[in-house]
Amino acid sequence: MPHPMPSLGSFSLMLALALSAYALLAGTLSLWSTAKGRPLAVSSAQLGETSRRAGIATFWCVSVAAFALVWAAFSNDYSVDYVLHHTNRDLIPVYKFSALWSGQEGSLLLWAWLLATYGFVMRLRHKVDVALTAYASTILAAIQLFFLLLLVFAAPPFAIVPGGIAPKDGFGLNPLLQYPEMVIHPPMLYLGYVGFSIPFAFALGALMMRYPGEKWIHITRRWTMVTWLFLTCGICLGMHWAYAVLGWGGYWGWDPVENASLMPWLAATAFLHSVMMQEKRGMMKGWNVWLIFITFMLSILGTLLTRAGLVSSVHAFAQSSIGDWFVGFLLLVAVVCLFTFFLQRDHLVADNKLESLVSRESSFLFNNLILLAACFTVLWGTLFPVLSEYVQGSKVTMGAPFYNKVAVPIGLGLLFLTGVGPLLAWRATSLRSIRRNFVLPCLSILVMAGSLIATGLRPWEEDDPTSSLYSLVCFSLSAGVITAIVTEFLRGAAVVRTQTGKNLLASTLLLTRRNTRRYGGYIIHFGIVVMFIGLAGAAFNQSKEMEMHFGDSVQIGSWKLVCNSYSQDTNANYDTDYALMDVFHNGKKITQLAPERRFYTASQQTSTVVAIHSTLSRDLYVVFEGRNPQTDRPILKVFLNPLVNWIWIGVLIVILGTAIALVPSLTPSRAPVALPAKAPPAETPAFTAVTAQAKNAAGPSHA
Amino acid sequence: MQRGLPMLSRMFAFRLPTALRRSAHLLLLLVVGFTMLGAGTPSASRFNDLGHKLMCPCGCGEILLECNHVGCPDSNRMIGELQQQLSTGLGDTGVLNFFSAKYGPTVLAAPIRGGFDLVAWIVPFAVLLLGVLAVVLVLRMWKRRQQPLATAASAPLPDTLQEQIRRETEY
Repeated sequence: MPHPMPSLGSFSLMLALALSAYALLAGTLSLWSTAKGRPLAVSSAQLGETSRRAGIATFWCVSVAAFALVWAAFSNDYSVDYVLHHTNRDLIPVYKFSALWSGQEGSLLLWAWLLATYGFVMRLRHKVDVALTAYASTILAAIQLFFLLLLVFAAPPFAIVPGGIAPKDGFGLNPLLQYPEMVIHPPMLYLGYVGFSIPFAFALGALMMRYPGEKWIHITRRWTMVTWLFLTCGICLGMHWAYAVLGWGGYWGWDPVENASLMPWLAATAFLHSVMMQEKRGMMKGWNVWLIFITFMLSILGTLLTRAGLVSSVHAFAQSSIGDWFVGFLLLVAVVCLFTFFLQRDHLVADNKLESLVSRESSFLFNNLILLAACFTVLWGTLFPVLSEYVQGSKVTMGAPFYNKVAVPIGLGLLFLTGVGPLLAWRATSLRSIRRNFVLPCLSILVMAGSLIATGLRPWEEDDPTSSLYSLVCFSLSAGVITAIVTEFLRGAAVVRTQTGKNLLASTLLLTRRNTRRYGGYIIHFGIVVMFIGLAGAAFNQSKEMEMHFGDSVQIGSWKLVCNSYSQDTNANYDTDYALMDVFHNGKKITQLAPERRFYTASQQTSTVVAIHSTLSRDLYVVFEGRNPQTDRPILKVFLNPLVNWIWIGVLIVILGTAIALVPSLTPSRAPVALPAKAPPAETPAFTAVTAQAKNAAGPSHA
Repeated sequence: MQRGLPMLSRMFAFRLPTALRRSAHLLLLLVVGFTMLGAGTPSASRFNDLGHKLMCPCGCGEILLECNHVGCPDSNRMIGELQQQLSTGLGDTGVLNFFSAKYGPTVLAAPIRGGFDLVAWIVPFAVLLLGVLAVVLVLRMWKRRQQPLATAASAPLPDTLQEQIRRETEY
């Protein structure tokens, strides 16, 4: 056998395809038989079990295929077309590994493998709810089948080079991808995209089988949160990569691929909020089902947008015919979702209705509205060039100026609700409670706005008044939201302190452990606010570009950079030109930066490696842009970007908050509460008592 | 300005005391000074503003003034054209129209040509507005349906009880 690993990979994929098809068919037959009460030749339970096991076997087959591709990359098997085009001999091992997702076929294989892995875990944990998992497993098998069909027929990763004779070396990996974060960023993003298949499968399954109660939400809560966290990390790693590698001084360019990752994140965030209403009050059932449907469809749409050639993107892989496959799949998913929803819509009637317009429930509704409006704006901005071409015959560009004017105000609305929502009580909020909860945050907003205006942030005096105004509003609202969060913590901690006699810090920790979901959520909100503060800093970015020779200097803000020397280096993979810049602040030497420009020999492409001196207040960001073709003098661009570090710190806080929210809360029996000497008689929980009172008063129709 | 100030001071001289007259002079100087200061800045800020409303046409997908491709075949030339257009005294719209006509509409970083381009700006806000209306209607509808239960339940709950309910129901 001339090409053993590619053959093994191809065979594994075909076997996985057959197993997935079986899992789908057997699962569907079993569920149909059980639902209709029609007996089959074999028992439906046994058939369902074979379907589940076929799903598990699919995981092993796809794993073998993924291993075969990585092996081919590590063993420099250039008979595989994909390996030839995405690696070379001198590529360091970690980037050979990341070649798995550096091209279209490989990234589809990664997608299929992650889906199989999620499915593997879900099927192993089927005893959580056997009947519901059977539905979810069958739906997941259908999604898996689609990706395996793609890998076998449309984008095979193990295609052999024409003629079958392997060249001596490969064409190398795209230089932009030769960066440590690129080893983590795509898998994180894919874990996010693919992970939404699980709550989608559970939601669709629960709707199909008219699953009683809200248990499916409890089952999928951790899946959804972990997936959301992966997507958040993936997006932020991508931002950091763009910032550190692309060398344009920014981290978010509103490119269609970036937008494609943001849309499911926004929809999933809306779902994570509104699902609480279903859990606590049995409300918004239909809405939640559609939110998770939309989140999943947006994950697929992102791939469609960039691979079908509908919109152009600097990130997009070579366009191919797989766009048609995605259109077909997306339409099929939409039809199945619509059909199931209309068939079972009477199952989604709310258990409770709203009691007050000023309540947590209504704030969730507005929160969902803002998040979905943001999601729509991003989708609209991404698709408008296509619409414009259809209507006017000419494409238009939807760049940063559009999003800054439209999406930023919506984002500020969201920031406002981040502060308001947690201060409102479930069911109804009294006027007194509003006064008590809102006074401090409102004062903080006013004090912050006044201080900023007094210290010189006056939009009416700026060159770009809109950006300055947005920043002023953002900083002020952030102060209010942080005050609200801190107040909530302190108020709760004070109660715990009274109960236990612990100090404030210990009381706060215990408070958080007692209700990890609530206080983890507050920490996530805090992280988001910190990120907003970092994003608002972009309004004050400064930059300078100049040709610099030895001893030349450039002043930017209170920073001075002096060109110390230039040098060159070479290794087997790339040649480097770099500058050594001494950095002075207020006349004192702070550090030395070495921005690089690399030329990769295998791919014959260049790439920049940005040098950044990062502090909490600002980043000094230096790019070696290259040499002036006329004078051969090096060109350097220096940026002074305020508050960028706050974005990355905010991400870490979000991760911490999500981790806390995922930890189960201390149960009351385990909570070390110091009981009074004489315990009072057990009281009926107020909510239960009031609800019972209301139900009794309203008569049996409400029971 | 040198001719104008004495004339104005003569106008004020017979009406105002010295201190006020001096204050008026100072105020006038400040107003004129700020106006003159303001008159000097627009070309730099206009260049920056317009440069961020244009895309580099080389295919890099970057805003014109953020394109950092050394040897970019278009950005330097286009930046030169922008400076030239600004020096002709053409208004912002005129400058942008010039580039749109020369490089095609995709050179504009956002759709600002009027007509169908306006749809791009209106639709997101229209959707948001409709969404707000829909949410308000839904809330009112829910509230109306809930009235019998609320009235049957009892009078408004005391704050302490509401606080207790909140603790029990909230995440």
